[in-house]
Amino acid sequence: MQGDHSSKQYDLDLEAIRSRVLLMGGLVESQINDAIHAFRVGNVALADAAIKADENVNQLEVTLDDACSHLIVKRQPAANDLRTVMATLKIITDLERVGDEATKVARTAIRLHKRGAVGVLDHYESVRVMGGGASEMLHEALDAFARLDHKQAVRIISQDEVVNYEFRTAMRTMITFMMEDPRTISTALDVLWVAKALERIGDHAKSIAEYVIFIVEGKDIRHTDHLPPPAPDAVHEDGH
Amino acid sequence: MNDVAMSEKFKIQPPAKPEDQTTPAMTKIAVRNLDFYYGASHALQSVSLDFPEKQVTAIIGPSGCGKSTLLRVLNKMYSGYAGLSATGEVLLDGDNVLAPGYSINRLRAKVGMVFQKPVPFPMTIYENIAYGIRHHEKLSRSEMDERVEQALRGAALWDEVKNKLKASGLGLSGGQQQRLCIARSLAVKPEVLLLDEPTSALDPISTGKIEELIAELREQYTIIIVTHNMQQAARCSDFTAYMYMGELVEFGPTDDVFMHPKKKQTQDYITGRFG
Repeated sequence: MQGDHSSKQYDLDLEAIRSRVLLMGGLVESQINDAIHAFRVGNVALADAAIKADENVNQLEVTLDDACSHLIVKRQPAANDLRTVMATLKIITDLERVGDEATKVARTAIRLHKRGAVGVLDHYESVRVMGGGASEMLHEALDAFARLDHKQAVRIISQDEVVNYEFRTAMRTMITFMMEDPRTISTALDVLWVAKALERIGDHAKSIAEYVIFIVEGKDIRHTDHLPPPAPDAVHEDGH
Repeated sequence: MNDVAMSEKFKIQPPAKPEDQTTPAMTKIAVRNLDFYYGASHALQSVSLDFPEKQVTAIIGPSGCGKSTLLRVLNKMYSGYAGLSATGEVLLDGDNVLAPGYSINRLRAKVGMVFQKPVPFPMTIYENIAYGIRHHEKLSRSEMDERVEQALRGAALWDEVKNKLKASGLGLSGGQQQRLCIARSLAVKPEVLLLDEPTSALDPISTGKIEELIAELREQYTIIIVTHNMQQAARCSDFTAYMYMGELVEFGPTDDVFMHPKKKQTQDYITGRFG
């Protein structure tokens, strides 16, 4: 990552952490895609699998936290290495929470379909765009982390507004359904739980993108309303 | 409680800026276009930087980068050796110490130096301190006692040696010897303290004591420390200079240099990607 260290073992340790973060990201991505699919078609077995997969994700969080602590103790990372380790620790937390949100979607899918309430309203339509958006944001955020592409990260951050807008739309639609026909209330609430989970996944993907910018540029843009102007290079390549 | 009162109660105050950030430090030593030659070897190439007053500046860089040479030029440690020459300016409080008329005695009284390996004189602990003072000042017995105690206290050594001042300085442990050398430098009341790898020969506990001492001494002295230990530079210093092949590559506040170095070369060195 960003050039080789004099110590090969240091490179191997960092690379091992990075590849396991991406493995965790891949697991979480499948989890969310399975959960959304289960919600759409009512595949209870798939929803169960998504819930079961969360155990692996949680285990990876613990293992990766431990690997990062060991790296800090052994190497005392500085500058971009320190930023990478700090950001990785936070990315792991975000990924674990995405896993929790995916579990919520899967549980709701099971509840909705077991109750047999499907059909009172088109439960999937209101969250279709959000599901695609949140899932794509997560995929892109992991890709930006893998490539350390801060320009891609900036694009992901602006995408979050779209998901938030879709969430507000879904909420208005569900309120309308519930006001017009009280028989839709249970299903509409389930749809809202799913919509909220997807909206949170978008937020976590945005956080991951912000950490990528922190790693590459050294700028902490969390809790600021503006995106950084695209910086060509964080560190001057011309030396001195 | 209404909303305004509530928001006042939980209002987060922005952190107060440390004093040294609001009032920029004065320059104690200004190095201007300094070149240094060991015969034909060009050891320092047009180095310019300002060492801030009453701050700790660390100089880091790989072996042979010129960091010790720079430290020695500040104290004119090269004078008296044939073939060594410096051009440019080293302005101590505005006066160029490299000018032929600048007295070496005056310079050494103002700028003290401590080396990698502690070298106590083969004398008593008391005499190790008193020797340098006698060179510069005539003091009465009681004044001298007071000054020796002051220097040993300044170097955080007094409590350990107060009952054996007549014992040989060579009988002390490595860490104590190094603090004795620091006390010896402090005894002549310098304004600047140059430390050349002061802890590289010491165990972690003695190193910790020297680092504590540096933190205390920075209140009164301008300290410049050359170190190979990057964590030490990060812990002890306010400013860091990174040198490579006789040139100054980067100079800035230590936090910035270790978190967001501006030059790729600096980043490669402090993260262990160096060549």
